[in-house]
Amino acid sequence: MKKKMTTVEFRGTPEQEAKLLEVIAKYDGVKGKMMPILQEAQDIYGYLPIEVQKIIAEKTETPLEEIYGIATFYSQFKLNPNGEYSVAVCLGTACYVKGSAGVLEEISKELGVEVGSTSSDGKYSLEATRCIGACGLAPVMTINGDVYGRMTKDQVKGILAKYR
Amino acid sequence: MTTTELNVAKAAAIEAGKADVIVTVGMATCGIAAGAAPVLEAMKKAVADSGRTDIRVKQVGCIGICQHEPVLEAYIGGERFTYINMTAEKAERVFTEHIVGGQPVEEFMLKEKNIPVRNLMQTTFMKHQKRVAMRNCGNIDPESIGEYIASDGYAALAKVLTSMTPDEVISQVLASGLRGRGGGGFPTGLKWKFACSNRGQVKKYVACNADEGDPGAFMDRSVLEGDPHSVIEAMAIAGYAIGADEGYIYVRAEYPTAIKRLEIAIDQAKKLGLLGNDIFGTGFNFDLKLRFGAGAFVCGEETALMTSIEGNRGEPRPRPPFPAVKGLFAQPTILNNVETYANIAQIILKGADWYQSLQMPGCAAGTKVFALTGKITNTGLVEIPMGTTLRTIIEDIGGGVPNGKKFKAAQTGGPSGGCIPASLIDTPIDYDNLAKIGSIIGSGGLIVMDEDTCMVDMARFFLDFTVDESCGKCTPCRVGTHRLLEILDKIIAGNGTLEDLDRLEELATYVKSASLCGLGQTAPNPVLSTLTRFRDEYVAHVVDKKCPAGVCKNLLRYRILEDKCRGCTACARKCPVGALSGTVKNPHRIDPSKCIKCGVCMATCKFGAVVKE
Repeated sequence: MKKKMTTVEFRGTPEQEAKLLEVIAKYDGVKGKMMPILQEAQDIYGYLPIEVQKIIAEKTETPLEEIYGIATFYSQFKLNPNGEYSVAVCLGTACYVKGSAGVLEEISKELGVEVGSTSSDGKYSLEATRCIGACGLAPVMTINGDVYGRMTKDQVKGILAKYR
Repeated sequence: MTTTELNVAKAAAIEAGKADVIVTVGMATCGIAAGAAPVLEAMKKAVADSGRTDIRVKQVGCIGICQHEPVLEAYIGGERFTYINMTAEKAERVFTEHIVGGQPVEEFMLKEKNIPVRNLMQTTFMKHQKRVAMRNCGNIDPESIGEYIASDGYAALAKVLTSMTPDEVISQVLASGLRGRGGGGFPTGLKWKFACSNRGQVKKYVACNADEGDPGAFMDRSVLEGDPHSVIEAMAIAGYAIGADEGYIYVRAEYPTAIKRLEIAIDQAKKLGLLGNDIFGTGFNFDLKLRFGAGAFVCGEETALMTSIEGNRGEPRPRPPFPAVKGLFAQPTILNNVETYANIAQIILKGADWYQSLQMPGCAAGTKVFALTGKITNTGLVEIPMGTTLRTIIEDIGGGVPNGKKFKAAQTGGPSGGCIPASLIDTPIDYDNLAKIGSIIGSGGLIVMDEDTCMVDMARFFLDFTVDESCGKCTPCRVGTHRLLEILDKIIAGNGTLEDLDRLEELATYVKSASLCGLGQTAPNPVLSTLTRFRDEYVAHVVDKKCPAGVCKNLLRYRILEDKCRGCTACARKCPVGALSGTVKNPHRIDPSKCIKCGVCMATCKFGAVVKE
């Protein structure tokens, strides 16, 4: 899947940066160091925002586009942090026919988050999923694992209010 | 460590491993997921509470009977007892009733034809197997180098370093007939030979492919989790053979337990001087590093794997130059798969003739591990002599297809392989025999399919996977596999024509011949092989607009048998899209234009009135 740059504001702490610099120093002179550096950077920050990639680029004297190229190639590297609330809408056949695409659009509008990304305050991440096997409740959405069935566009606002 | 010290360590480890009663719990990922950790804890606690010091409890790797995990085995008085589907409570009962009470608990044992089998080794699942690569899996504690040394560990490395020349090592591996177990099937000795020139003058690398990515294959994980030292020892031997002093194991990040055990093993080997400088006082140096994948299937391809270790996007490179000439960091490199390495130490210790005696007559040398999955009674990892027939694997070892269904085909080699139809069930499985019938051994995934499997849908599944995993570097693979998938989707949707089948075949052939690496060159195989073996099924999809297996939703129709319907309205209430109409006590109807074929009505009906056609 195509990866999108995040709009979430970077909130790296000095401690995290110190750790990152340690990691970069540890791999100084090691051949093929970029993969392990990115893996450990992701362990520190939980994802690989462009700010972190920039630090790595500068300290390792590697072109940023090369690093970005690696970060987007491997599916385990994340450009978006998980939101505090992770919202998923099922786009399986049953849900789709019952209008889950409209629900998804409504949520996206309501939260100001594009599908597949995280809101700029880091509070919500939104994704579309394949069938989650709750067709009897179609259309279905989940928020941090809580399941909401028989969704309509009108209910979106009310339900999201619980997670403000 | 010297060879004498290794022998002393071996004797000490054997002595230390002795106990009146030994209890093992399978603690590979599969076992842990099934709940083996509480079982191990319960057993340890029971032993500690009893104050008995003659009982040893230890973790081991995977014995291979996946569906019966967690597995606990007890060795008492020279006898072996296997307990399956364990829980902490069951383990406590085994302790009190059997280990203390002397009465085996038959209800927790594996049953064959309803008769409990005490020792796993006597089951039909095990009887046909010969364990070489998996010899230690399920027997030794993978986190103890002592246990590995006690079972002849590092003796092969000692033997090559002190009594064989590098050329002799290569000759022995060559003579054993061992071929790559990761997919290509290239003779391992020959690969080593190609990389052996200019020893000591050129920097060389030994690499291990542990990026096991085929859906349905997990033998490499099992070896790494159950016997990591066997891979480390073999890589050092390979290093000596080609003149390399550095090795890399590229292991997928999705295998955290395997990574942890490899880290422990490498650390232990370094501490004992079995890795590092001047190994066994012979002046031979070998260092080993781990690199982790990050979720890209293409990195299982050898050149892509090396590009990834170099720290780049894991895209393949054109060959030639072959890795033996210009591989990792542009230096001569050999890359072998985990299972291949797991055979090396045994070949060195027992000889090429011994290895050549394992297989069925006239077949490729040795044994092969298969991951038996799909519609089969006994799911698991099985290591069998090359040349064992598919019939033996499915009917005897696998216990047949469950629920009285008919065996239809087996897919070997995952997304790079092909299918073997029921009519060829007596084919002896080895590299050449499978190539003749349009499939490959691949990494050893063996997915069994019954009459309810749609071959078009199956081909689509694998192609969907390769489309997702195509790295995008070369056009035939990036675009070609996409177009193939579109044609398959069209057929499955019921819009296919006979011309589409020809187009599919033509395009598949182009993608195979024009792609840069193994991924694209083999991606069309599932399509081509199902087209050859099950063309009538494709024809049924495009001409009759029917899916004979009843899988492809768009070609399905749910109907209510009026004479069976009691008008209970259960289906109408459950239907997510309101496609069912009818009144109480009167037969209902399904509106095909609304029906989304989710099957809820069929599952709900208690009277068998809903049918699929």
